[in-house]
Amino acid sequence: MATPVLDKAEAASAASPYITVTLRIRRFNPEVAAEPHWEDFQLEMDPKERVLDGLNKIKWDLDGTLTYRRSCAHGICGSDAMRINGKNRLACKTLIKDVNPGKPITVEPIKGLTALKDLVVDMEPFFQAYRDVMPFLITNDTNEPTRERLQSPEDRERFDDTTKCILCAACTSSCPVFWNDGQYFGPAAIVNAHRFIFDSRDDAGEQRLEILNDRDGVWRCRTTFNCTDACPRGIEVTKAIQEVKRALITRRF
Amino acid sequence: MSTSEINLTGSSADAAEDAYTLSLDAPRSRTRTKKTPRSTRGNFEMAAWLFMRLSGIVLVVLVLGHLLIQLVLDGGVSKIGFAFVAGRWASPFWQVWDLAMLWLAMLHGANGLRTVINDYAERVNTRLWLKGLLYTATVFTILLGTLVIFTFDPNIR
Ligand code: HEM
Ligand code: SF4
Ligand code: FES
Repeated sequence: MATPVLDKAEAASAASPYITVTLRIRRFNPEVAAEPHWEDFQLEMDPKERVLDGLNKIKWDLDGTLTYRRSCAHGICGSDAMRINGKNRLACKTLIKDVNPGKPITVEPIKGLTALKDLVVDMEPFFQAYRDVMPFLITNDTNEPTRERLQSPEDRERFDDTTKCILCAACTSSCPVFWNDGQYFGPAAIVNAHRFIFDSRDDAGEQRLEILNDRDGVWRCRTTFNCTDACPRGIEVTKAIQEVKRALITRRF
Repeated sequence: MSTSEINLTGSSADAAEDAYTLSLDAPRSRTRTKKTPRSTRGNFEMAAWLFMRLSGIVLVVLVLGHLLIQLVLDGGVSKIGFAFVAGRWASPFWQVWDLAMLWLAMLHGANGLRTVINDYAERVNTRLWLKGLLYTATVFTILLGTLVIFTFDPNIR
């Protein structure tokens, strides 16, 4: 009960935490101009707020035409991956104080996917690659299961890291191989294939490996680690890709 | 659904079509057509990937040994001359060493540049020309080097 009162008193006694922040946003509207351009917005923000709060302030109070995706605002839905100060991040997990607010903060759509409007890109090629690896359980027994499919903690641990993916595309759109022609499956699809290849309950690992053995599959990976750096869930993406490569060579998984 | 299938309506309908083609990269459709190469079992890309690593390991020994002998030991680079080369190639051991180094480094380097071209050259024609040049230079250098190692004559005047 006392907490809110205390907070208020504290906030009032301390100097105002608000600072002036410049968000430099790459705007694009194909209905108005063929080329994108940069637009600066000055905002009064608490450095402990997030970049997403800044975008919301702009959209709600300054310019309603600003277009971006967001839903959960808590790093779960994977809608708001964008390039902030040249690095792929989730706007809802990036605090203003962590992105050098003394200088203008640049916000761009993620690269390698076609920008449709402002920060919104066409995610279809990304999800097509995801669907291509069959990201669902496939088993050989045709009968309806009569009980839970049991698994030992060790077997579950084997693919624990790659279950955490929220399909935000931060990794795939940070990959220089994907930027080139977009035909490479991309880290996210490989992460989600890994999730099933190394699941002891799944029987289609061999098929998924064959899909990733493709000309545009895992062999195009150049181990630049951009994906691991970009992943907001802290997934060891490059490691997962290497494990798939190893499984392809040894056929053990 | 690829971008080209997104139908903007009303006032946006005509603006959209040119804008996309003008300012943006082509939509990266992954739709598979008849022209899409089939997944290739026993795959060239996998062989190339493995080759880069295996040849790399062997090259560490060959190249570092080569540099050590040529540039560091026995008075360094100043000792290299016709007589020095003739002396080494009199032994089949160094012939095989240099031959292996030539082939591995050339194929390793050429395959490395092939990946670089695949990554950076976007236009089909640029790729074609760069790779044509690369393969020609590689084949020429390997053949010429091999010829010299096998036909070297220490008594040439
Ligand atoms: C000395 C021992 C060497 C080792 C251990 C080594 C190892 C490697 C490996 C593992 C790759 C693949 C990188 C990747 O795909 O992610 C690579 C790429 C490459 N190597 Fe070597 N290499 C060696 C010597 C050489 C030599 C002598 C040449 C030149 C003739 C060369 C030229 C290249 C090129 C052009 C690439 C492609 C660069 C890239 O992928 O960005 N390497 N090397
Ligand atoms: S692996 Fe990480 S960066 Fe890639 S899509 Fe999943 S959550 Fe996003
Ligand atoms: S809004 Fe859901 S992940 Fe950021």
